[in-house]
Amino acid sequence: MRLNFTVNGRATAVDDVWEGESLLYVLRERAGLPGAKNACEQGECGSCTVYLDGSPVCACLVAAGQAEGREVRTVEGLGGPGRLDPLQEAFVECGAVQCGFCTPGLLVQAHDLLERVTHPSDAEIREALAGNLCRCTGYEKILDAVRLAAERKAAAR
Amino acid sequence: MRPFVYERAEEARSAVAAVADRPDAMYLGGGTNLVDLMRLGVAEPARLVDVSRLPYDTVGVRPDGALRIGAAVRNSDLAAHPAVRRAHPLLAQALLAGASGQVRNMATVGGNLLQRTRCAYFQDITKPCNKRNPGSGCPAREGDHRNLAIIGHSEACVATHPSDMAVALAALDAVVHLEGRDGPRTLPLTELYRLPGDDPRRDTVLDPADLITEVTVPALSFGGRSHYRKVRDRASFAFAVVSVAAALDVAGGVVRDCRIAFGAIAPVPWRARRAEEALRGAPATEDAFAAAARAELGQARPLRDNAFKVPLARNLLVRTLTELVVA
Repeated sequence: MRLNFTVNGRATAVDDVWEGESLLYVLRERAGLPGAKNACEQGECGSCTVYLDGSPVCACLVAAGQAEGREVRTVEGLGGPGRLDPLQEAFVECGAVQCGFCTPGLLVQAHDLLERVTHPSDAEIREALAGNLCRCTGYEKILDAVRLAAERKAAAR
Repeated sequence: MRPFVYERAEEARSAVAAVADRPDAMYLGGGTNLVDLMRLGVAEPARLVDVSRLPYDTVGVRPDGALRIGAAVRNSDLAAHPAVRRAHPLLAQALLAGASGQVRNMATVGGNLLQRTRCAYFQDITKPCNKRNPGSGCPAREGDHRNLAIIGHSEACVATHPSDMAVALAALDAVVHLEGRDGPRTLPLTELYRLPGDDPRRDTVLDPADLITEVTVPALSFGGRSHYRKVRDRASFAFAVVSVAAALDVAGGVVRDCRIAFGAIAPVPWRARRAEEALRGAPATEDAFAAAARAELGQARPLRDNAFKVPLARNLLVRTLTELVVA
């Protein structure tokens, strides 16, 4: 089947999509966007988190057909041309990356949190990121980065 | 994954017709459980009828105060709805206690109600399981059953129902609205689910072509004094070990009325009518709450490794009701 959807603001048509493919597979293997990662394929780890119509979801559990006509925003679409989103900068500065595999999913999920909550408490950050697993267990730096980005974002308002 | 045909339903009648004609067709909601089960080989539909874009995606309040919840409403949208938070806080709490943000953003109300058990043997096609493969046996009885049922289970199946939302809805006397082969009908949510008995294949009384279109929750004067409490093995993103949904109406130190349901102790969201009966007219004291818990949990028949759930469920109910008295 042909899949028509918007990816990072660009109208995209993908042909020869098999019904059993996930949105994640379409993004990675057909749309040239390998940012979202394929790990558990069960919605447990959050490595494949992308925005679907403005809400973060696990792209591994979205059947390709369900994305028809909808808007997808991946980690590649968080920043602008040639520049990182402030949250991505905070991840770099805090060293909130170990092997890096969970990072794209964490960025999208934390980005959504900061869009909704100006001054998230630690408890709110932890709950918001509960669906994102870091197998390196580098959570402290990740929390640091989200706190830093939240502070900067609040200061810039 | 077995190859399948995907089609998007435009309206309810054609969706019902598409599934009614084909025994190997299934409805697809948010897909957070079904897509996973297809990948595991537990579910093998030849045709998926996507009903997630049918026009059942709004929450409203009827003139009589009842909530109308469209079956395609996302779990996160329902949890955030002002009317839910104000009139039925236990429902919002139950929704937010379930899964992760990403999953709640995708999961629908209808799909949440019809999700399958997370019993490890059901999800592993290399193992026997009477629910998946009738007559093959139930390894959970002698195997890993720490988090399985203590009440309502049978020789054939000891699985639990995994939903948090359904526990709150069971306590709230929710009504399920269906579109089926013979047109629309309604069913109390507590009658939607069936106990396994000697045929655990079906979790509900529904025909495969029955489509959930809406759930209504009648107004409850004391719904604002309610709570959903969930015990799990980690602080977030885990299925319940035991949960309780409770609403309490107390006047002059006496329980005038109450609604109670337990989660994760039974094959169905367990409405605790015996406990409710024991409490109506009783003093609002810890002793009376404990007696009510005993009235309900006296029916429990725990397995080798899950007897701890009996005192856990009792303590959870006593603590939740005690806090609601003060609230």
